[in-house]
This record gives sequence, structure tokens and C-alpha cells, in this order.
Amino acid sequence: MSSYAMPPALEFHDLTVSYDRKPVLYGVDAAIPQQSLCGIIGPNGAGKSTLIKAVMGLLPVQGGWTQVFGGPLDQCRERVAYVPQRSSVDWDFPVNVMDVVLMGRYGRLGLFKRAGVKDRAIAGEALEKVQMTAYATRQISQLSGGQQQRVFLARALAQEADLYLMDEPFTGVDAATESAIVTLLHDIKARGGTIVAVHHDLTTAPTYFDRLLLLNMRLIAAGTTEEVFTPELLQKTYGGRLTVLSEMAFKGISKPE
Amino acid sequence: MTTETDSLTKEFRRERKRRGLTPMVYHVAILFAPVAVVAIASLVPFAFWTRVVRFFSFSDGFLRASVLGTLLLALNCGLLGTLLVARRMAMLGDTLSHAVLPGIAAGFLWTMTKNPVALVSGAIFTGVLSSLVVSWITQSTRLKPDAALSVVLTVFFAAGIALIKMLPDGNKAGLDRFLYGQTAAIAGGDIVMLSVAAGITLLTLLIGYRGFLVLAFDETFGRTCGLPMRVLHYVQMFLTTLAIVVSMEAVGVILVAGLLVIPASTAWLFSTRLHRILWLSALLGMAAALTGIFVAFTGQMGGGATLVLCAGLMFAAAFLFSPRSGLAHRAWQWVQHGRRIRREDTLKAIYRHLETRGFSPAEIRAGEAGCTPADLRALDRRGLGEWTGESAFRLTPEGFREACRMVRNHRLWELYLTQRAGYAQDHVHDSAEEMEHLLAEENIAEMMRVLGNPRTDPHGKPIPSLDETFAAATARHA
Repeated sequence: MSSYAMPPALEFHDLTVSYDRKPVLYGVDAAIPQQSLCGIIGPNGAGKSTLIKAVMGLLPVQGGWTQVFGGPLDQCRERVAYVPQRSSVDWDFPVNVMDVVLMGRYGRLGLFKRAGVKDRAIAGEALEKVQMTAYATRQISQLSGGQQQRVFLARALAQEADLYLMDEPFTGVDAATESAIVTLLHDIKARGGTIVAVHHDLTTAPTYFDRLLLLNMRLIAAGTTEEVFTPELLQKTYGGRLTVLSEMAFKGISKPE
Repeated sequence: MTTETDSLTKEFRRERKRRGLTPMVYHVAILFAPVAVVAIASLVPFAFWTRVVRFFSFSDGFLRASVLGTLLLALNCGLLGTLLVARRMAMLGDTLSHAVLPGIAAGFLWTMTKNPVALVSGAIFTGVLSSLVVSWITQSTRLKPDAALSVVLTVFFAAGIALIKMLPDGNKAGLDRFLYGQTAAIAGGDIVMLSVAAGITLLTLLIGYRGFLVLAFDETFGRTCGLPMRVLHYVQMFLTTLAIVVSMEAVGVILVAGLLVIPASTAWLFSTRLHRILWLSALLGMAAALTGIFVAFTGQMGGGATLVLCAGLMFAAAFLFSPRSGLAHRAWQWVQHGRRIRREDTLKAIYRHLETRGFSPAEIRAGEAGCTPADLRALDRRGLGEWTGESAFRLTPEGFREACRMVRNHRLWELYLTQRAGYAQDHVHDSAEEMEHLLAEENIAEMMRVLGNPRTDPHGKPIPSLDETFAAATARHA
């Protein structure tokens, strides 16, 4: 492999996460090389969102470790951008589109520095890449679902990161937005970036992503799409839960702490 | 051509006559207003007016302190209240303010004097403790915040009441003030505390506004960027508790939540940018404080309650009359909408009536086609129709075009439903009655395209085309 010398963009080893009354992840091992477009697929409750939240340090990790670009996340936070699910925020909040995109700069600016001309220019470019320039001063409650998703992507672009972790970026968006997002993901990859996205739609998964991570509470398979997107592995991912494992998982977390 | 111009001038004159009435009402009102003011003023006792003069002359040292003090506390509460409302934590203001009471009582029991340091540190301690208990309960149980807040509020408040009951009798009266507030009680020392508290809040917001913006909008995102969200949360809790503690003597712990939440909620109705809401909330809070203290002073009332009542009046006014979301505005829009639909239905009825007799003669009479004289007058006012005789009425070219549009919308929608959506012929009329008023030209163009420019509706009636039908009708008129 040509990128052998570079550390993987994202690597986890024996990652175990338990999450407030929801299914958990057991001993997940994977490495996602730089400049790849990786989809995380698996049934509902398989722990897909949990995985990227754990990577971002949003959930406590029970065991194992994760590394970003060969080191702990805290050493390179500004190289990683997280795109949460659209439904995770209140879209009636009194801010406009530009305000939200500028938030992408706050991580680099820190708490005390104001956004300057350069930051505004970067935010403006990000808006242009998602074709939302005309909406810059629009109040966010006036956006459609697809436009909301584009705003979130623009905020992530404004972070100028090298690794983008996206939680279901294609959920509830119109066809035009979906294809705009796909183009955008390829752009990011072409500029050397890496994308890891939770994805729901099996029919589009093999065309959108060049690598896949099949997940169902534990890692089923990880690798290039050709290697991994096979009927046997998909059957293993989606067909039949490992009943004992999931039952014990529920028992384990519902017992009094 | 000339008849058209004539009818236009006639229309114009009529329009002017109709509008001329409104300014006259204003003139009469303006003439009588001073008379009314003097009449009402003479009913009020003289002592009231001397107090009004005292209030505005600003010579009274006591009064100066309480005005300045309430302005400062309203500024502080207005700013911090906006952050609470933005984070959907409005109820937390209530809980914090009730939770400072046991701290005050304990501070008093400890020192047996009204030593401000003991009272304030006790209050801050129990206030911050209550917010910690609330987050602890919500994080470690399935309870939602409202239940946790309510539990903590009542328990802390009850503890405060119980502690006050343990005090020797003579001192209870003094602590009552903390419950209900007394704006007149603000003295020089309080001004210092109030300014310091307001100053810290202002400074914190000026420096850290963006952090609080992220905290309120998307805390998770803030954490992934490495912004200190937890720290900001605790800073906010501390500042809010401090604001409550320094305000409680003037406004009372029970009502101070009103000064936190009401100005912020009022400002919320006016703007859609958080930083504007912040400043507007501070300004509205100060305006409410000023009017509140004026009412308290001239009416010789307590203080805390009048402040909150004035803030409440302001909110009510905004709720009713704010330009975007006010009830009055929405009611007016609703009336306008109803009138438009009524007009469009009249046009359609006239069209159908004319259609049955081949559009000739073009005049109709009031009462025909179910049109009341009022309906026809409404068309006349809009220039969509005109009277050609005592009771003969006809549509203007503009009106006829509109009528074509409505009938086209109606019949096209019926056709669309039967052909594309699998509706039965007798199920489409009611839907079309609604949709005809809502369809935009691009919807029409799209339906025309998918239906292949149809000529007749499902019931065999012709679908008017704006250009052709209109041209034919004007040709007939000529």
C-alpha cells in the first residue's frame, strides 16, 4: 500500500463502550487509512453512532483505545471535525446560517478570540461549497431538512479538518442535497481528507464509499467495499442478532450501579 | 380604451373617499386626548402628583439608590435570563432563586446578625448546590429535568422556611424581605454589590459570548472542538446565583425569577439573533424596572411585585402586538386571508354564472350567482369589478383574468387528482375548493406539463386558459 508510511486517520483497538441503557460495543478493532471514504453500516442499535461518539470523547470508554492520526485525540482536535445528527439541535434557535458556520472556526480561535476577516472568508467558502451562499443571513428555522444538513456540513468544512466524522449525513435529505453531499465527500477525499460516516441505506452504501465497516455491537468486518460488501458478511451483520450477547448487554446495564 | 380610463378614474376617486375617513378619526382623537388626560388627572389625589414630581426631580437620595440599584439588577438579570431561556433552562432560574433561601437563613443562624458576607456566602453555597443536585439527579436517573427541578426547588425552599421558623421572633420580619422584596431597602452598600455583579456578567459575556452561544446551540459540538463547555456551564450557574443573591433583598427570592425570564422571553418575540436578544432583554428589563419602581414609589407599594408586573405587562404587549409573532398581527393576517378567499370565490361564482350563458351579456345583478351586494362591492373596491348601472355589475379585465385563474386552478386540480392520484370524480371538488386559492403558477405549469395541456376537467367543463379565454372575452366585450 502506498500510504503505508502514514499513520491511519483513525484506529481503534479493543474498543468497548457502554452507553446509557442503549446497546454497546464490544472489543472493536479497526484502522481506517488516510484519504479514504469509509461508511459505517449495520442495523439499528448496532452501535454505529456510539462508535463515532466514543471516538470524539463524547461517551466514556470502558476499555481499549482510539487513536487519531497516530496519537490521542486531544493532540490534534483541530484536525478532526464532527458532524452530529441534524436532529440533535433545536432548529428554532435564534441564529442565522452564517452564525452556525462560523462556529466551525471557534475551535481554532479558542474562547477569547473573535472571528476575523479570514475566518469569515473561510466560512463563506464553506457555504459556497454546499451551495448555500444565498442563505447566509437566513434564520435557521426557515431551512428545509436538506438545507439544515448542508449548514452542518459547511460548519464542519469551516473547521478545515483532515478527518470528518459524520453521523447519518444522508438521513432525511432531498435527492439534490444527497448528490451534493456525495460530490462534497469526494472533494474532501481528493484534497487528502478522510471521511467516516454512519450510513443507513444499504443500496447506496457500495457506490458512496470505498471502505466499509460492518458493525453489529461488535465488528463484523472492515475493509474495502469490494472485500466486505458481500452477501455472507451482510447476512452476518443484519441477520440474526447474537442473542446471548445482546441479552447480556441489556442485563449488564440495567442492573443497579 | 376611454371607457376603461373613465372607470379607472372613478375607481380612484371612490378609493380616495373611502380612505379619507380614517385620518378624520385620528384628528378627533388628537383633539380630545388632552381633555381626557386632564379629566383623568384631576381624579387622582394631589399627594400622588407630589410623589411624581419627587420621582422625576431625582433629588431624593433613597430613591436614587433604589432606582440605580434596580436598574443594575435588571440589567444583570436580563442578560443572564437570556442565557437560561436559550438553553431551555428557564425553570432553573426559579429553582436557584428558591434554593438560596436556606443559605440565607443558615447564614443568619450561624452569625445571629444580618452580616451580609455570611448571608451572601450562605445563599451562593445553597444556590450552586441546588444546581449540582439537579444535574446529578437528571444524569443518574431516568427523571426528566422538570421533575428534578421541582423536587429540588420545593425541598430547598422548605428547608429555608423551616430554618426561618427556628429564628427568634424579632428577626423573622427582617427575613420576610428576602421572600417578597422591598426596592426601597436598597442602600449604598447594595449598589456596590449590584454593580460588581452586573459588571462581572457584562465582562464575562463580552469576552465569552461565543462560548455561551455554542453552549446553548450545540453543546456536543462545542465539546468536540475542545471548548470548555462544562466550565462555561458552571460560570453561568455561578453568575445566575450571584445575580439572584444580590437582587433578593430588592425583589425577593420568589419573584426574582420573573426578572430573569420575562424580559428575555419578551425580547425573544422580537429578534431572531441571540446577541440582539441579549441586549434587548437587558434594555427591556431595565425599562420594566424603571416603570416598576415608579409605580411602587408613586403608589406606595412594595417594589418586587410591581417590577415583575411591569415586566409582565411588557410581555403581554409584545405577545399581542409584536410585528412578527404578535396575536394582533396574526389575527389581521387571518382576516385578510379570509377576505381574499371570499373575493376569489365570488369571482369564480360569477365566472361560472357567465359560462352557463356563453359569457353574454357580461353584466350580472346582485343576488345572481349567489353574490351579495357586499361581495360585489368588495370586488369593486379592489378594481376587479365595476358597477355599470344601478344594480348591474361586471368584471373589469383584471377581474375577469383573476376569475379565469381561479376556475382554471379548480378544474386543473380536479383533473390532476383524478388522473394522477387515483381519486374518484366525486371526491375531488372539496379538495379543489381549498387548493384553488393556494396553487402557485409554477405548480400550475408543472401540472399542465404532466397532464399534457388539458382542455377539459373530469366533469367535461372547459379549463380556461388565461391567454385564450381572456382574449376571447375581451374581444367579445369590444
